Amino acid sequence: MKLSKIIDLINGELLSSIDPNKIEIGGAMGADLMSDVLTSVQPEAVLLTGLCNPQVLRTAQIADIRAIIFVRCKNPTPEMLEISKTENIPLIKTKFGLFTASGILFNAGLPNYELEADDDCPY
Amino acid sequence: MPEKNSMPSDNEAFEISRTEELAYELKISEVMSKKVKNISSSMKMKTALDIFQKERFSGAPVVENHQLIGILSIEDLIRYLRDDRPDSIVSDYMTSNPITVQQNGSVIEALKVFDKTHFGRLPVLDERGELAGILTKGDISAGLLNALQKDYQAEEIIRYRASHLFEDIISDRTSLILRYNIRKGDFTQGGNASNYIKRALLRMGASPQIARRCGIATYEAEMNLIIHTDNGGTLRVEIEPHKITVEAYDDGPGIEDVEQAIKPGFSTATHEVREKGFGAGMGLYNIKRCADEMELLSSKERGTNLFITMYLNKKST
Repeated sequence: MKLSKIIDLINGELLSSIDPNKIEIGGAMGADLMSDVLTSVQPEAVLLTGLCNPQVLRTAQIADIRAIIFVRCKNPTPEMLEISKTENIPLIKTKFGLFTASGILFNAGLPNYELEADDDCPY
Repeated sequence: MPEKNSMPSDNEAFEISRTEELAYELKISEVMSKKVKNISSSMKMKTALDIFQKERFSGAPVVENHQLIGILSIEDLIRYLRDDRPDSIVSDYMTSNPITVQQNGSVIEALKVFDKTHFGRLPVLDERGELAGILTKGDISAGLLNALQKDYQAEEIIRYRASHLFEDIISDRTSLILRYNIRKGDFTQGGNASNYIKRALLRMGASPQIARRCGIATYEAEMNLIIHTDNGGTLRVEIEPHKITVEAYDDGPGIEDVEQAIKPGFSTATHEVREKGFGAGMGLYNIKRCADEMELLSSKERGTNLFITMYLNKKST
């Protein structure tokens, strides 16, 4: 799914100077725990998160996340916008919460890109 | 972007491509034609006509005492030929006080002027107000293409050099060692070292899968040094053609129960750390999943040493 379509679906606002028409998103994952993201996200995903700090971007760079959606209208800092530019990872914000935003995208056919937890994980 | 109405949305306004970005970064002086043949205002129009014909000009600046006073274009020559006034001079036909741009300005400013005025060329002035060059839309296109090419080539060269490092240097055992000092509690820089490591691996020709696995493992190790040490620590990455060895070490406080620390979900992180999205107790477990081998040594006296090894298949190096 094109990132531009995702932005439309969640009434999102693109915060980076990156063309969302040229970005193809394979699927999505929603999480606030970056360790969960690192453990279970598949490459080329969009990450929906309520966490808004530079680590989210660094996590995204490491885990090959293609774009980040901040839920509940969280605003990234100038430093985060700078990393967004150099790493070419677009940032988007939406008024919806994590559940609603994820639900809208799931309903529109965007696949889940989060691996399930291992059986031996006694969380 | 779906066509909704004619007004551009905020999203569309943000759609700035790399080319457009370059239009902001590139200076006019970098793309303009510098060797400009100029003519004087007292020159006979007939002479100007000859020069235009011989040099295939479509316009030329008119300069007097180093100052730009006008511009003569093909259109002016056509008017001259139609008027049939053989003795007239350049100042009779030139456009006086032409619109100019500053050589320090960005290309985007020139594009705006082109758009507003529909002129084919713009004289460029230096800081002293003297003629520095001439700018056409063709100069801008060529300049942008050139800059895009340079962008691309620079990364290609870095990649080429890095990926041939091991082939170019002969020894019994060649390795590249990267070291990063990680400061305690420095969350704002957290993940920087791992980002550099991942990029280095990609530039050296590692497969995206290996670079990602190694990035994730070093990121978790880096965050552990930030969160759990007394005085920070060091990330040391040794890259060899067949394997990557990461060592994360610190001088304390040491891990009380190593067995327990590796168990998923076990965490000693504070509330503040958890609020930042870390400290879920998945770090070491996650490192283990990414690594081919992991060893954790810790004591209260010497601090902690974490060793991570990843083997590269021949294709991915």
